[in-house]
Amino acid sequence: MSRRYGVWIAAAAILAVLPHIVRTPVAVPVMSQMGIAVVFALSYNMLLGQGGMLSFGHAVYFGLGGFIAAHVLNLAGEGVFWLPVPFLPLVGGLGGLCFGALFGSFSTTRAGTVFAMISLGIGELMASSALILDKFFGGEEGITTNRVKAPTLLGLDFTTDRKVYYLIAFWAFVAAALMYAFSRTPVGRMANAVRDNPERAEFVGYSQRWVRFVSFCVAGLFAGVAGGLFALNYEILTAENMGLAASGSVLLMTFIGGIGSFFGPILGAIVFTFLQSMLSDYTGIWLLYLGLLFLATVLFVPAGLAGILMLHVPAWRAGRPGRLVGPYVVAGLLTLVAAVGVIGLLEMVHFVVSAPASRTTKRLFWVAVNVRTLWSWLAFAALAAAGALGFRWAAPRAAAAFAEASRPAEAR
Amino acid sequence: MTPAIELVDVYKAFGRTAIIHGVSLAIEAGTRQALIGPNGAGKSTLFNLITGKYPLSRGRIRLKGEDITGLRPYEINRRGLSRSFQVTNIFPRLSVFENLRCSALWSRGYGYSFWHLVENARDVRERAETVMEQLNLTARRHMPAGVLSYAEQRALEIGIAIAGGADVILLDEPTSGMSRSETEHVVQLIRQVTAGKTLVVVEHDMSVVFDLADRIAVLVYGEIIAHDTPSLIRANAAVQEAYLGVPQGAA
Repeated sequence: MSRRYGVWIAAAAILAVLPHIVRTPVAVPVMSQMGIAVVFALSYNMLLGQGGMLSFGHAVYFGLGGFIAAHVLNLAGEGVFWLPVPFLPLVGGLGGLCFGALFGSFSTTRAGTVFAMISLGIGELMASSALILDKFFGGEEGITTNRVKAPTLLGLDFTTDRKVYYLIAFWAFVAAALMYAFSRTPVGRMANAVRDNPERAEFVGYSQRWVRFVSFCVAGLFAGVAGGLFALNYEILTAENMGLAASGSVLLMTFIGGIGSFFGPILGAIVFTFLQSMLSDYTGIWLLYLGLLFLATVLFVPAGLAGILMLHVPAWRAGRPGRLVGPYVVAGLLTLVAAVGVIGLLEMVHFVVSAPASRTTKRLFWVAVNVRTLWSWLAFAALAAAGALGFRWAAPRAAAAFAEASRPAEAR
Repeated sequence: MTPAIELVDVYKAFGRTAIIHGVSLAIEAGTRQALIGPNGAGKSTLFNLITGKYPLSRGRIRLKGEDITGLRPYEINRRGLSRSFQVTNIFPRLSVFENLRCSALWSRGYGYSFWHLVENARDVRERAETVMEQLNLTARRHMPAGVLSYAEQRALEIGIAIAGGADVILLDEPTSGMSRSETEHVVQLIRQVTAGKTLVVVEHDMSVVFDLADRIAVLVYGEIIAHDTPSLIRANAAVQEAYLGVPQGAA
C-alpha cells in the first residue's frame, strides 16, 4: 500500500519542481498543455481501455465542458455571480457529466460497432450545431474569455504562465488520482468485466448497459474537467475543440501510450503533446509523423509505450536490464539511420510540392540539401535502406537479448 | 413447499422451429437434479429460458414462487439464481481472483458503487479467496483467466457461478471434455459447493448423473418424458427407447 502511495507522492513532487528544473521559456506552456492532455487521455481510456468502448466523439464532452466553463468564467468576470477561478474546472466537469449522461443514456445501450457509430454521429452533430448555435459557440471564431477578470481566492491570481501551470498541475493530479480510484471501485472493476464478457457480467448480477453508462458519465465528467482547464489556459474555445480531429487526437495519444494500463494514457499524452509542440516548429508535415507513429503502434506494439515498458519488468526483476543496453543501442541507432532516410525523403517531397519553384535547397538535419539533384534523393534512400537492413540484422539479436534477460533469476 | 424452479407450459420457437414444446417441471428446493436427453433435445435452450437469456414464446417460469418470466438475466441472478455455461464463458483478461471477486460483488451489496474501494471490501475478498481455495486455483490467483488450462477454466466457470452465493444453481455440462480424474474432482467440487442448495445440472456422463442426482428429468425433442428418481428412470421404458431406440424387452 505504501508503495502505491509512493508513486503518487513522487508524481506530485515532480509536478511541483518541474517548472524550476526545465527553464526554457516554452517549457511551462507546453507542460500546461500536457497536464490538460493527460486528464483528457485518462478520461478517454476509461471508455476504450477500461470499458471496451471505442469512441470517435469524446472531444464533445471536452469541448462542451470548455464552452460552459468559458461562459461561466465570463459571467463571473461580469460579477453576475461569485465563482473563483480555481474552481472553474469543476464547472467544466459538471457540464461534461450532464452531457455524458444525456448522450450516454442511449449510446451505451450497445457496445462495439454500434457504440462507435453513435459516438461518431454525436460528434458530427455537435460539430455542426456549433456553427448553427452561434450565440453559445461563437460561430467560427469561437468564444473568448479572461481568467484575470474573475474573482480570486485567497489572493491567488493567474497572471503568469507558471501560476496557470500550477493550477493545471493541481487539477490534473486530483483528476488522475480520482480516475485511478474509480478503476478500483466495484463499478470500475465491473467495467473491465463487461469489456471482457458482457454476457457473463449479466449472469453475475450486473446490467452491462448500466455499467457502461456509469463509466461513460464519469469519462464525460473528467473530459469536461480537461475542457475547463483548456478554457482557463487558452482563454478561447472554438468548434474545432470538439470536432472529429480533436476526438481523433485523444484516441491517438491514448493508444500510443497504451490502453492496457492506467499510466499508458499519461505517457501517451506527454509524448504526443511534446511531439506535437516540438515537431510543429520544425516541419509542416508533423501530423503525418504522428500518424506514422500511430500506425507503427497499432501494427507493431498494440500494447503501446506502457506495454513496452511493462514487458521489461521481468528483466528488471531478474536484475539483468544492463544486458539489454548494448543490443538496444545498436538497434536504436540503426532505426535512427532509417528514420533519417525516410524523414529526409518525406521532407524533400513536401518541399518540392509546397515551396516556390525558384528555391532549390532545403536545410535538412543541419545540412543544406539540393532537392533538384538526384544525388540527394539517392543519399536519403540509401540511408533508409541501410538502416532498415541493419535493423533486420539487429532486431533478432535484441530479441534474443531480451529473452535471455527476462529469464527468471535462478534460485540461489 | 414452494419449488425452487417451476416451469408452467413453457414453449419456445425460433422462427417456425419449435424447440421446447410445453414443458412443465417443478424442481424441489434443496435437491440435486439432472437434466438429461439426447443431443438437440433442447437442454441448453431450457437453461437459457430459465436464466433469461432467451425470452419465452409462451408459458411462465417461477423462481422460489416468484414469477420471473421476461426478466433480464441480471434481474434473475439478483433473485438468487446462477448458472454456468457449456462453452467456457469467463472474463479472459481479468485475473482468476478478479473473476471471482467480480462475481461476488453484487450479492454482497456493492451494486454500482463508485464510493467503495474494492481493496477495502473484505467480505468480497474473503469470499473470492474461499472459492479460489475450493477450486484449487489459489496458485493461479494473479494469472489472467484466459491463459489457464482447459480444466482450470472449467473449474473457474463453476466458480463464477457459485461465488455470488446463489441458492439455485444451474450447471450446463460442467464435466464436458474432461478426463476421468478431472471429472471425479469436479463432481466432488459440485457436491461440496452445492450442499444445501438447489442444483440443476445438464450432463451427458451417466455415471456422473446417477452419482450426483436425487432426481432426473429426461428431455426428448423439447418435451419432458420422465421426471423421477434415478432408479425409476433407469427402469423407465420410454427413457430406454429414447436413448437406445428400442423398448425394454424388445431385443
